[in-house]
Amino acid sequence: MSEKKQQVSRRQFLNYTLTGVGGFMAAGMLAPMVRFAIDPVLQPASTGDYQAVAQLEDITNEPQRFDWTIDQIDAWYESEVTKSAWVYKDDNDEIIALSPVCKHLGCFVSWAGSDEHPDQFYCPCHDGRYYKDGVNVPGTPPAAALDEFEYKTEDGTLYLGKAKPRGA
Amino acid sequence: MLQKIYDWVDERVDITPLWRDIADHEVPEHVNPAHNFSAFVYCFGGLTFFVTVIQILSGMFLTMYYVPDIENAWKSVYYLQTEVAHGQIVRGMHHWGASVVIVMLFLHTLRVFFQGAYKKPRELNWIVGVLIFFIMLGLGLTGYLLPWDNKAYFATVVTLEIAEGIPIVGEMTKTLLAGNPEIVGAQTLTRFFAIHVFFLPAALFALMAVHFILIRKQGISGPM
Repeated sequence: MSEKKQQVSRRQFLNYTLTGVGGFMAAGMLAPMVRFAIDPVLQPASTGDYQAVAQLEDITNEPQRFDWTIDQIDAWYESEVTKSAWVYKDDNDEIIALSPVCKHLGCFVSWAGSDEHPDQFYCPCHDGRYYKDGVNVPGTPPAAALDEFEYKTEDGTLYLGKAKPRGA
Repeated sequence: MLQKIYDWVDERVDITPLWRDIADHEVPEHVNPAHNFSAFVYCFGGLTFFVTVIQILSGMFLTMYYVPDIENAWKSVYYLQTEVAHGQIVRGMHHWGASVVIVMLFLHTLRVFFQGAYKKPRELNWIVGVLIFFIMLGLGLTGYLLPWDNKAYFATVVTLEIAEGIPIVGEMTKTLLAGNPEIVGAQTLTRFFAIHVFFLPAALFALMAVHFILIRKQGISGPM
């Protein structure tokens, strides 16, 4: 080895090799554990099957709460969970099915839930309010309109799919 | 960039001597396998530590899915092993590592014993080492119950029977461990879980710290 070629010194070479091998071992150890931990993030989004919710003849122009239960599989825990929607027919006889989940911080809104506002949806947590069409009342905490369920009707029955944000 | 951050911190709190104390020390010729291959026997202590680190990490990750409850313990283990990506590997690391760490600990103990490295002035560190061995056995014992399958259940029944055999305080010891004088169940599982993930690891860390500080203070024993 000529002394003029300042290539890699013995010390540097050892440093690089040891760091490389050590890093490889650490990565080999951590990779499965990290993949294990982040698994929930990488699961595909649920498809949201349509569920039978109500008979069309029961739906009026006044928002009514309809409940239905789904079988929920939460990892190793299976249970029946009750879902709700506020459903009514608007002036054009179109069905509107609104999610009861407040767009402020996720509490449960009720139609005419406040005596002072009998024609609005009301959230008891922070006095959030929405008009009948689900649009948030300006000046109350929510910053967006209530989510609207995708729906279809078949043989006089209303089926609801996933609740989608407005304009999505 | 990293150098700048390091310098910034070092300028204020002077960390260089700190990590020098930890990382910078002579490795004597007689413990260096590159010099004399039979010196590989000196690796067992370090390997024990390495496997212990794997146990701590894999255990931490396992608790992301595991529940210490008689209804759900087995189901959660089954779920994390069959449904979660790499679950079988992570549980496998913890399962096999538990055995490997005992083997390494035993080999390390044999080396220290047959080299007479426990003799004065290192008797205290031998005692600490033996305590670490007991803690490790305790970790193995308590961890064995956690999957809550048949093998785990009956192994624990046997353990509790043995504990009951202690003269005078046997029955009390059994109740203390099982959480109930008759049932091996809900309270046994939560107790073993708490002991496995909080109490014994805390004791282990304290003892390991003492073990390492003593080694650094007294140095590795000389060649035979």
